[in-house]
Amino acid sequence: MSRSSTAPTEVDRPTGQDVTEPARPWLVIVWNDPINLMSYVTWVFQKLFGYSLQRATKLMLDVHTKGKAVVSSGNREKAEFDTYRLHAHGLWATMQRDS
Amino acid sequence: MKGFQVRVKRTRRGDFELHLPREERDILRTLPRQLRELMSSDDPALERLFPPAYPDEPDLQSEYDGLVRGDLMEQRLGSVEVMERTIEAKRVNEDELVAWLSALNDLRLVLGTKLGVTEEDDPEEISDDDSLAPSYALYYYLGWLEEQVVEALASGLDPGGRD
Repeated sequence: MSRSSTAPTEVDRPTGQDVTEPARPWLVIVWNDPINLMSYVTWVFQKLFGYSLQRATKLMLDVHTKGKAVVSSGNREKAEFDTYRLHAHGLWATMQRDS
Repeated sequence: MKGFQVRVKRTRRGDFELHLPREERDILRTLPRQLRELMSSDDPALERLFPPAYPDEPDLQSEYDGLVRGDLMEQRLGSVEVMERTIEAKRVNEDELVAWLSALNDLRLVLGTKLGVTEEDDPEEISDDDSLAPSYALYYYLGWLEEQVVEALASGLDPGGRD
């Protein structure tokens, strides 16, 4: 599986700054992988995000044909939680700041 | 293979029948132990179960890993335990079937990673002489079974939802 590194470079943040950073949303990206079944990925999207079968299928096909797709977004905490749940289901998910 | 018997069937009660021939039960019975051993090993393929949330931000990734790795491992071992406990069951409930799915998928992920499978791989091309043939056979069997588990679980989902 190949993927490109597209995350923007991090500017140095002053020490001590954490949750007070400006709330730029984070994107949760699922990457294609050669192992997970398409039916399984669709099911995971329905289960975790409450997406309709149609939306979940489209997302899965985006992942499959385009190599990746944004599956959710939000503040860092929400994005991390979504990423964690996707990881628990064996999907290859990463987070990226929305540009 | 004799006439096709669906391996996993949702019942009207909302639980699931498992119709697994003896040979398959015997194979599946070895899997929880394999998975457990794997999870306590140094096998690099195990890392497939812990992909990075922040591939380009090592500090954030280290924080994330510290937070989730233990939980992910515990959840997985929990699923393995359920599969083990219900390995001879003729019927399982939804939570138990989801645990089977988790265990099957995790094993498939690690096995597939070790075998270096790609999307172009063709099961027909593996020669019987290939020393990895049994591993490939297991990998494809698990995918075949998993497909049926997913179908049974998905059959109960309302196709509506967020669009």
